[in-house]
Amino acid sequence: MADREQKKLSEAAGVNRRGLLKCVAWAGTGVLWNVSGGVPRSLGLLGEAAAAEKQAGGLTFLQISDSHVGFDKPANPNALGTFQEAIAKINAMPTPPAFIIHTGDITHLSKDKEFDDADQAMKALKQTVHVIPGEHDVADADNGKLFLDRYGKDTHGKGWYTFDAGGVHFVALINVFNFAPGFKSAGLAQLGNEQLEWLEKDLKGRSASTPIVVLAHLPLWTIYEPWGWGTEDAPRALGYLKRFGSVTVLNGHIHQIQQKVEGNVSFHTARSTAFPQPAPGSAPAPGPMKVPDDQLHSVLGVRTVNYVRGKNPLAVIDTPLGA
Amino acid sequence: MLDWKITARLTALGLGMALAAAIPEALPSREAAAAANAAAIRIDNFNFAPPTLVVAPGTTVTWTNADDSPHTVREKDGKFKSAALDTDDSFSQIFTAPGEYEYFCSIHPRMVGKVVVKAGAKLSSN
Repeated sequence: MADREQKKLSEAAGVNRRGLLKCVAWAGTGVLWNVSGGVPRSLGLLGEAAAAEKQAGGLTFLQISDSHVGFDKPANPNALGTFQEAIAKINAMPTPPAFIIHTGDITHLSKDKEFDDADQAMKALKQTVHVIPGEHDVADADNGKLFLDRYGKDTHGKGWYTFDAGGVHFVALINVFNFAPGFKSAGLAQLGNEQLEWLEKDLKGRSASTPIVVLAHLPLWTIYEPWGWGTEDAPRALGYLKRFGSVTVLNGHIHQIQQKVEGNVSFHTARSTAFPQPAPGSAPAPGPMKVPDDQLHSVLGVRTVNYVRGKNPLAVIDTPLGA
Repeated sequence: MLDWKITARLTALGLGMALAAAIPEALPSREAAAAANAAAIRIDNFNFAPPTLVVAPGTTVTWTNADDSPHTVREKDGKFKSAALDTDDSFSQIFTAPGEYEYFCSIHPRMVGKVVVKAGAKLSSN
């Protein structure tokens, strides 16, 4: 990276030169994203130690996603094992995050045993884990009963809820129940009218300066329609969110990092702790992608989000499990 | 969901009698009876094959997942739904009432298929 570009980036993102050089020194171990006024900027690649340093003094929380506990195919014969590894890494962080969010596909096949194993693994975490389901978590014959019996207490409708932490309002949305089957469409996800009405009511009356973080399993923007990687009625939700100064949408589902900014809203998808998926359109269909064994850990990951009041609102850091 | 399956199984037990009483022309010969009683749909490469299956009432349709990814079979109005099918897992459903049953995979909702149940239909697909 040219010096001039570095300077521009560091000025724009409000990091000092020393900090940026440190980021560069950690090249290859993770991607640091800093979201300022709704505009995320990639600061370069960053590893765990530098990430921990950046976290000092703000609200830090961590996102894990798509653990697919129960998956045992060649792309990762031990998805429970890599999930446990991710958890061990979180527990080893020098500055522990305030809480953890899991953005869905906790299990692979919605089986009781898979939920038990995942719960057991997550018990090793000292922090609260806020979870939302992925479509793999509601694939039981009873359409999500297993998930909702376990995690749906104190939630609204089919599992949606909010919570507040460090001045940030978190909204956990569920978009894995009301799919528009692809009889005449691409089979995109839907939030559904009931949830959208609830969201509108929840946001009404909140100050536009409240930073909002939205969690949803499937992306709230259409990444790749032929694979159903999007949410059909997300524009209505984003309509309710657009008056807020800082909105960050954290998704899972696609097992790779993609980001987009639209006005004050930034969208991020997270890596999986289990297996990667092909880039949009680069394969005939989405699904587990086999990479050489020694490369698997470089494509799995956890994400740390740091919120500093009055400064750069959110820094989003993706750390591969191999870092 | 559960009720539907139990009903389906009970109907299967009493099938011969029910058909003989209600639609005697549905079982014109032994071959047709065998063909009409079982049909298979293969789930392969994110597709239901055949996408449309036409069967006679009383046919048990079995979906088998040949993919590495799990899939489900879910009727669009929730008349039936399988659990998640891992590789080589199967799900069977007996169709007694004539009509068109559109279904999809709730994990990959762009995957869709249709079972058409028609009195006197020979097993066919397109």
